[in-house]
Amino acid sequence: MDITLNTIDKQFGQFKALDNIDLHIESGELIALLGPSGSGKTTLLRIIAGLEFADGGGVYFGGEDVVAIPLRKRQIGFVFQHYALFKHMTVRDNVSFGLRVRKGEIRPDKAAIRRRADELLDLVQLSELGDRYPHQLSGGQRQRVALARALAIEPKVLLLDEPFGALDAKVRKELRQWLRELHQKTGVTTLFVTHDQEEALELADRVVIMSGGKIAQVGSVDEVYERPASPLVFDFLGSTNRIPAKLQDDHLIVGGQQIVRYNGNQTGNVTIYVRPGDLRVAGTRDIGLDATVLNVQRTGPIVRATVEIPSTGQRLSVEMPHLHHDVKQLIPKQTLRLRLMQFSVFAAEPDLISESIIAPHLIGRERLRQA
Amino acid sequence: MTFTSRSALPGFHLALGYTLVYLSLIVLIPLAGVFFKATELGLAEIWAILRSERVLSALTLSFGTALIAAALNAVFGTLVAWVFVRYDFPGKRLFDAMIDLPFALPTAVAGIALTALYAGNGWVGQWLEPLGIKIAFTQVGIIIALLFIGLPFVVRTVEPVLRDMEKELEEAAALLGASRWQTIRLVLLPSLLPSLLTGFALAFARGVGEYGSVIFIAGNLPYVSEIAPLLIVIRLEEFDYTGATVVAAAMLVIAFVMLFVINGLQAWSNRHKVRNQSLALPVQGAKQ
Amino acid sequence: MSTTLSVKANHSAVTESAGMRQLLIAGALLFLLLFLLLPLISVFFEALRNGIGTYAEALTEPDALAAVKLTLIAAGISVPLNLVFGVAAAWAVAKFEFRGKTLLITLIDLPFSVSPVVAGLIYILMFGASGWAAGLIADTNIQIIFALPGIVLATIFVTFPFVARELIPLMQEQGTDDEQAALSLGANGWQTFWHVTLPNVRWGLLYGVLLCNARAMGEFGAVSVVSGHIRGETNTMPLHVEILYNEYNFAAAFAMASVLASLALLTLGLKSLLETRHGEALSQSHKH
Repeated sequence: MDITLNTIDKQFGQFKALDNIDLHIESGELIALLGPSGSGKTTLLRIIAGLEFADGGGVYFGGEDVVAIPLRKRQIGFVFQHYALFKHMTVRDNVSFGLRVRKGEIRPDKAAIRRRADELLDLVQLSELGDRYPHQLSGGQRQRVALARALAIEPKVLLLDEPFGALDAKVRKELRQWLRELHQKTGVTTLFVTHDQEEALELADRVVIMSGGKIAQVGSVDEVYERPASPLVFDFLGSTNRIPAKLQDDHLIVGGQQIVRYNGNQTGNVTIYVRPGDLRVAGTRDIGLDATVLNVQRTGPIVRATVEIPSTGQRLSVEMPHLHHDVKQLIPKQTLRLRLMQFSVFAAEPDLISESIIAPHLIGRERLRQA
Repeated sequence: MTFTSRSALPGFHLALGYTLVYLSLIVLIPLAGVFFKATELGLAEIWAILRSERVLSALTLSFGTALIAAALNAVFGTLVAWVFVRYDFPGKRLFDAMIDLPFALPTAVAGIALTALYAGNGWVGQWLEPLGIKIAFTQVGIIIALLFIGLPFVVRTVEPVLRDMEKELEEAAALLGASRWQTIRLVLLPSLLPSLLTGFALAFARGVGEYGSVIFIAGNLPYVSEIAPLLIVIRLEEFDYTGATVVAAAMLVIAFVMLFVINGLQAWSNRHKVRNQSLALPVQGAKQ
Repeated sequence: MSTTLSVKANHSAVTESAGMRQLLIAGALLFLLLFLLLPLISVFFEALRNGIGTYAEALTEPDALAAVKLTLIAAGISVPLNLVFGVAAAWAVAKFEFRGKTLLITLIDLPFSVSPVVAGLIYILMFGASGWAAGLIADTNIQIIFALPGIVLATIFVTFPFVARELIPLMQEQGTDDEQAALSLGANGWQTFWHVTLPNVRWGLLYGVLLCNARAMGEFGAVSVVSGHIRGETNTMPLHVEILYNEYNFAAAFAMASVLASLALLTLGLKSLLETRHGEALSQSHKH
């Protein structure tokens, strides 16, 4: 079932939770709604579910306007952040709830309900635990019960609110993998909300990045990572070094030093966005950014260093795998030249014609191919 | 010291010692006196007093009316708690504060006010009398008084549980296709049950022993509308201390049983609360 | 974040229809009107029925004044005693671990489960004419039953748990970190108690005292049994109400009752104020 959202608005008192949201989701897609807390992602999910009502705009499932369809007839599988399992019911009763409350002809007989519940428990690998109560389960098991319960009604759409938020790191990784497989098996259109960019990038076909009630960017994992539409998106997808620079004569200049060739056809102040992991040590005759190493930390497979640009005093962080041949050059007080392997350039000033608010916009993205 | 774990804080012996002495002097020793007094009699004598028709009907009346009133309060108290927690309406805060009136209003005042209201010429009674419904000076009057006394017990135990109940449970039920009524019956009521039973038991326990608010409205006819606490008072006025003591001992035994039941119920609903928290706590941690 | 916001918004996907909502609100409010509000209003109405002159007269006659005085004295003695007890008990129970703690808490709550009439009876059995502890006071001139000491004892009994049961959960929630910090900074036990513990629980303490006082001034059953009903001497305000009522002097009875009802309203008002202003400093169950 494909989903279309048309100019959705939602206001809570003075707070604009959603501002003119348009989105189309293809049938069978696995979509991540990614954003910081307060960005409106959960509200959007709840509006799609029918738990919340938009102030304006339309929600369409397969072309059909569902705003007037009551919650219980929408056939939506929803997994709550805290699971919302019924504590006084066994796991099996939780899973079969959606079938047991059906009325009349569409209600299966007792044996069929039990069979279906057991099938689902099988699917989520909890067949042994049908007679337990939710409080007797681990977090990851509760999560899977919640999923089985949502799948029991054969939903047209599966919605998950921070599905792994309550779990510890190891369980989270396993469940991600498992959810991905489950999605491939069932093929149900699935949306999940997360504030964890790693989770979104690892799991989703497409990522919807939200900020301040608006969609900041929609795209495949590669698209949003490789071509972030705004500093905000760049920031949100990982840690960032922001280096104020000048664009002149086909070069980016920091503190008077030409640090990288850049064909921008423009002249003026820009900001370079570069991830710590995209900085490497350059040869002394290569073009690059001079910096002094302040300190070096080894944290497992990653080596982190803080360096300072002497001309401006700005500090940057650098990350590299611990086996990388550059690591041995990271010696405190040593001055070295850094190479920007991959970076984005955003104009720090608005174009002069526009009178709108100063919003940095991407003017280019560069990637060095040699490693 | 084997019965306490070590603590850096001072004053344990002083505080506990004072607590135990005061508790013993004011509560435990005087209460034990009732049983000492009762043991002066043989079992056969005690049995004879308890089996006398007047005592039996007084005890039956106290328990019966308390049971009915507590049951009605369970229904209406839950309704009131529900309305307060879930809906907004003008004057809500005022009404909410008023719920505790029965805790604060002296029982004698409640008694004469309810009597004035529900007597044949009272504001409410005058409308019921032509219909043949008599409230004041009947057993119904006793139930009315106990309704007043017991209401806050139910409301104040159910209200916080209802307030803390995750809205998501209802949303989940609705999304799974449950009708509103199914959600209430299958999801909400079972979750409320422990607190509802606790409130019921508290209201019942209070109702059995209630005196001040009841005696004005009850009519106090022996065998008909004479409650057990009143019978104790009458026996005392007749200087029949033995008779009074036996009835009191019977009521005490039952009060202890109720206390035991209430504690059990509260432990049950607390366990429920702990479960909920253990579900929610790691989430809050992870969110930050 | 958006989840909490949505719960506050009154437009919810899972609720009753508007008509049902109004019906439930109307039902709850009608119930509260009939059983809470009307009785309260009728107290003031009946009190002023014969005019303000009669009202003032009823309150200023010597017996009425004596009743007010006795009530104030009885409350003035019992409330501080229970306050000290409550603090000691809460210190022992909340700040230390020891065996039998649950039993102790149950025993502290015990007076709530005992019928007020039985509460009076136990002291008559102790100190009455042929009481088992009467020997203790036989050689002195002290009279306990049908005198002030008996009234105070009965009042202490029925208000026994109020302060303790407010402070215990509050102090348990607060833990012992603050006290340990104070001690580690060199404060001694009393300094820690006065400067750290007491300020932390002051609003809870006030809350407990408020309820304790309301009950102390309004207690009827227990005091009635031990008082002897001597006009102008051993009549508290609630007992005075009863005597006037039984003499069919309704206006005077309700006049005195209206004073007690005003006291109850004042208590409720202060209680609500505490809950809204200092809710975070009260134990969990009173937070709004």
